[in-house]
Amino acid sequence: MASEPTAATPSGESTNLGLRVVVAWLVLSAIATPLVAIYVGPLIPPGNGSVQAQGQTFSNQVMVGLITPVLCLMAVFFAYGLIRFHMRANETALEGPPIRNDSRIQLLWLVITTTMVLFLAGFGTYELLKDGAGGGQGPDPIALPAHHHTAFPVQVIGQQWEFTYRYPTLGGMESNQLVLPENTLVVLHVTSLDVIHSFWAYQLGVKADANPGTDNVAYVTTKGPLVFHVRCAELCGLWHGYMFDNGFVVSHTAFTHWAARAVALYRSIKPYVNRPPEKGGAPFSLTYLPAPPGRAG
Amino acid sequence: MRVGVKLLLIAAAVLAAGIAIGFYVSHLTTLAGSPAYSVPVHNVNGHPVVDLEIETVAAVGSKLSPNPDWVSYLVRTKDNGWQRMTVWDLPANATVHVTWFNFDGASGLRNPYLGRPQGVVANHILVYNKPVDRVDPNLASHTFAVPALGLIVAVPGVPDDAKHPCGYAPCSPGKDSHVTVHFTFHTTTPGHYRWQCFVPCAAGWLYGFGGPMQTIGYMDGFLNVKA
Repeated sequence: MASEPTAATPSGESTNLGLRVVVAWLVLSAIATPLVAIYVGPLIPPGNGSVQAQGQTFSNQVMVGLITPVLCLMAVFFAYGLIRFHMRANETALEGPPIRNDSRIQLLWLVITTTMVLFLAGFGTYELLKDGAGGGQGPDPIALPAHHHTAFPVQVIGQQWEFTYRYPTLGGMESNQLVLPENTLVVLHVTSLDVIHSFWAYQLGVKADANPGTDNVAYVTTKGPLVFHVRCAELCGLWHGYMFDNGFVVSHTAFTHWAARAVALYRSIKPYVNRPPEKGGAPFSLTYLPAPPGRAG
Repeated sequence: MRVGVKLLLIAAAVLAAGIAIGFYVSHLTTLAGSPAYSVPVHNVNGHPVVDLEIETVAAVGSKLSPNPDWVSYLVRTKDNGWQRMTVWDLPANATVHVTWFNFDGASGLRNPYLGRPQGVVANHILVYNKPVDRVDPNLASHTFAVPALGLIVAVPGVPDDAKHPCGYAPCSPGKDSHVTVHFTFHTTTPGHYRWQCFVPCAAGWLYGFGGPMQTIGYMDGFLNVKA
């Protein structure tokens, strides 16, 4: 019985093919990686709006830098395969040569990918534990930034469908605007009055779930004056998509002036807020439960 | 069928689905199935002024809704009738004088802070024509809030022992027990501004925030602010 014709490739040509791919990959990576670092790196979110946002941007830049050669390898491999091995017009379809195991390539692949994964795991863990990376850490945070005990506290309260903010050190003043002083370590206590929300201050690099009955703590160190977006990142009902606002990082002087106005505005409702819950009040607490007053529920 | 034709058909189908979704989302975020009411505008010294009359009712009734027991806002239209329309066309940079008749009882605010009127002219509202800079959160019945304008106004509820409680809408300020609130606010730049009630007032729904609280045309709507 006659055997099927095959497109057997001499081993010498196979080596040349592999070498060509490797050389093309190295050249492309050597060009693309610096270009990506120089031109794409500065555009990577969330930017430099806070120390934590800066840390996240750096992490993203490292990951993009690492992934660029990997993408280059895939691009070269696919491009070379398509160009070199595609079937020409009027060419007879032939079965390719059998694929044989090459333990050296397997070992190399395992070593490279394992090294990258372990490095990223270590790097990511370090970046997370350094200062919390702006993420909600639950009621007992473990990634504490330096001087965390002096952090300026602000409570973030989610409700359908708006965030409000309480400033415990300003007499418990509450506002529907988030205003923070510049160059200040802030501790955000994120909670909810009803369903699950997620407080996402994009340019500040802060994201923390707002759960009823839970005090979710996140740290952020502000930098210079900034307008940042606040939005809910947890589908929470009809107006979830409209649960959006701007927050502000301002100078200490501007913050003092704003706080004075906000405290004055708050003064008339303060006695009602500070009544006991059974009388319809909601005095300052790190958590609240959606106990519906009146007829609702 | 050739592969190219198949790919073209798939691309066309994906494009058509994308356009349909876009139209649906656009419709949802602008009109949302609730007809828009163009509130009459008059000019005072060249400045657009709007008089908006609204009422809140505990039960909207079968004449105005397939959900007769739902709590709802109504708006007084040009024919002097009350309609269940919560999408209102308003001019940009206008002064809006609101007269609000509330025929519903108190439910109480979950967040008492929202009992402080904000975003209104002079930072107070008129309840029975008396200036008020706070509404007892425990006695609040509803709020009219436009978060993007910083506007929050709570209205007190009708006392439980009121002599002429209104059963089903439309309710009449002339004969049914109610609370009257006046306030004034300003619109700003053109856009779609959602408004809502913050009081968990949907009786019988989980935490008071289902049904009419999650349905445009009852306790939620839009201000279509137009140039």
